[in-house]
Amino acid sequence: MLLEIEDVSLLYGRIQALHGISLTVGEGEIVALIGANGAGKTTTMRAISGIRPVASGRIRFDGEDITKLRADLRVRRGLCQAPEGRGIFPGMTVLENLDMGAYTRRDRAGVAQDLDRVLTLFPRLAERRKQHGGTLSGGEQQMLAVGRALMSRPKLLLLDEPSMGLAPMLIQQIFNIITEINEQGTTILLVEQNAQQALARAHRAYVLETGRIVKSGTGQELLHDPSVKDAYLGVA
Amino acid sequence: MTTTVNGPSPEQREAFTTRLRHGREAISERWHHAPRWVRWALLAAVIVFFYALPNKEFYQYLGPIPTPGANFTQVLFTVSIYVLMAVGLNIVVGFAGLLDLGYFGFFAVGAYTVAVLTSPSSDIKTLWPWLVVVPIAIALTMVSGVMLGTPTLRLRGDYLALVTLGFAEMIRIAAVSSEFLKGQRGFNQIPHPPGQYADGRPVFGVLDARPYYWLVLTLIILVVIGVRNLTHSRVGRAWISIREDEDAAQLMGVPTFKFKLWAFAAGAAIAGLAGALFAGKQNFVNSQNFELLNSIIILAAVIFGGSGNIVGAIVGGGLVAYMIERFRGIELFGIELYEFRFLFFGVVLVVMMIFRPQGLIPNRRRAAEFKDRRKEVTVGE
Repeated sequence: MLLEIEDVSLLYGRIQALHGISLTVGEGEIVALIGANGAGKTTTMRAISGIRPVASGRIRFDGEDITKLRADLRVRRGLCQAPEGRGIFPGMTVLENLDMGAYTRRDRAGVAQDLDRVLTLFPRLAERRKQHGGTLSGGEQQMLAVGRALMSRPKLLLLDEPSMGLAPMLIQQIFNIITEINEQGTTILLVEQNAQQALARAHRAYVLETGRIVKSGTGQELLHDPSVKDAYLGVA
Repeated sequence: MTTTVNGPSPEQREAFTTRLRHGREAISERWHHAPRWVRWALLAAVIVFFYALPNKEFYQYLGPIPTPGANFTQVLFTVSIYVLMAVGLNIVVGFAGLLDLGYFGFFAVGAYTVAVLTSPSSDIKTLWPWLVVVPIAIALTMVSGVMLGTPTLRLRGDYLALVTLGFAEMIRIAAVSSEFLKGQRGFNQIPHPPGQYADGRPVFGVLDARPYYWLVLTLIILVVIGVRNLTHSRVGRAWISIREDEDAAQLMGVPTFKFKLWAFAAGAAIAGLAGALFAGKQNFVNSQNFELLNSIIILAAVIFGGSGNIVGAIVGGGLVAYMIERFRGIELFGIELYEFRFLFFGVVLVVMMIFRPQGLIPNRRRAAEFKDRRKEVTVGE
């Protein structure tokens, strides 16, 4: 397993946000984490990327215990997150933002190659390369966040709500790109409110409710699970 | 987080700022499109101007620029110290985005280190020469910066501002009440910088402030070159990313704590240098030199000039320090304007923050960040 989370709990002050979560992500998979607002999806991401310390439990990445490892060192191990919403650098141009994604890398040739790859994946970013991040539309910013994370050439890409606030057509597009990135060999852990799309694309998925994992299975299983359908897919 | 301002209507503000922007953008466009040699020539002219400025033969032709109520060369020295400190604080506030309200505390550490190690009134009577003590003063201020930063830089925003405010007060109160630091009586006979003319007169004397001003000016140029190189490196990119979005910076693998500490230490070192220069010029240091107001003035100067931009910090520091001195000796309807200098200063700041919150000469990046934040405010409304 590339990522193993074992019984992780996390506190915000006195409020317990995660109650002993366990999940795994295997090499080459897309794993989705779905749940309602406040279920603890983003918190789980923050625990994995090391922005918040965990209260108990263990996180293993690529065979190494990273529970206590600093966030920036986790990036060097090959774990990179595209943060939720407006997590780009507004005052930097698109190219500078992408360059920040490669901050931990020193192989110039490889970085140039990855830049080409990202600009091919997201032609919109290529058009706007000299524009400041803050002047992009929501969808473009989201693409920039994903592209920037790819620039670190991660083994595991963490995506926090990549479809948030996007128009339906753009959602479709961004999920196509996610699948493509995965097919090119990057493992993906995906947090989503858009359960329909996420489950359709994911190999496996977990359902999170008030800081606990209440269900897990393959994407298809959960997509057809009556209780999941009721709670997250809406009755169409 | 962002508060709305009840000022002029958005249209008025828009009209005003557009006019300002067009003026400035025209200049900055022209600057960026000018051939290289023109830019160098202009820069050289500005530098020559400031080297020539303290000579009476030169400044007497400058109309209202020299200060009527104070020795102009003395004023220039004070202004140059403020500029040096503004350049230093700009690293902390402008580049790394750390709100430091106690920056003057580091100036005090630098000045007192020199005083304690050189003055005959000091208890330890080392009586070392000024030049030997300067590197010690810089090193000690850096250490104090790291010591203050290590526990506090894990905090963000408001907390950091409070801690730094407390630090400056601690230094001041220690200076006032500690027997070792001599309080109001202070340290006297602090030696001047070394150097002699051919006829045996010292270069750095008591009456003529010009050599000190030239020394500080030269150091400002060196510091600016150093800071510029730093900001164009990986270090600079890390600082900017921290300022723009600390979480995102961390997610990109930037060791944020380490770089915040570096910014803090670098800023502190520059303030320490300024303190050492001040002590060497004044040859007297006591607790009255370190009022809290000074910290506020320098911070205001950096923001006024355009934080995040070295030129902005220089202009801000220079203008603010100069404006305050310029009021000296002007009377209007029998009122000495100098008494009200901070009132004017306050008014100017308020007007600035309404019409041009990014400062006189912001950098382009900063301007984009401000636009982005404004967008966030409108989305939230």
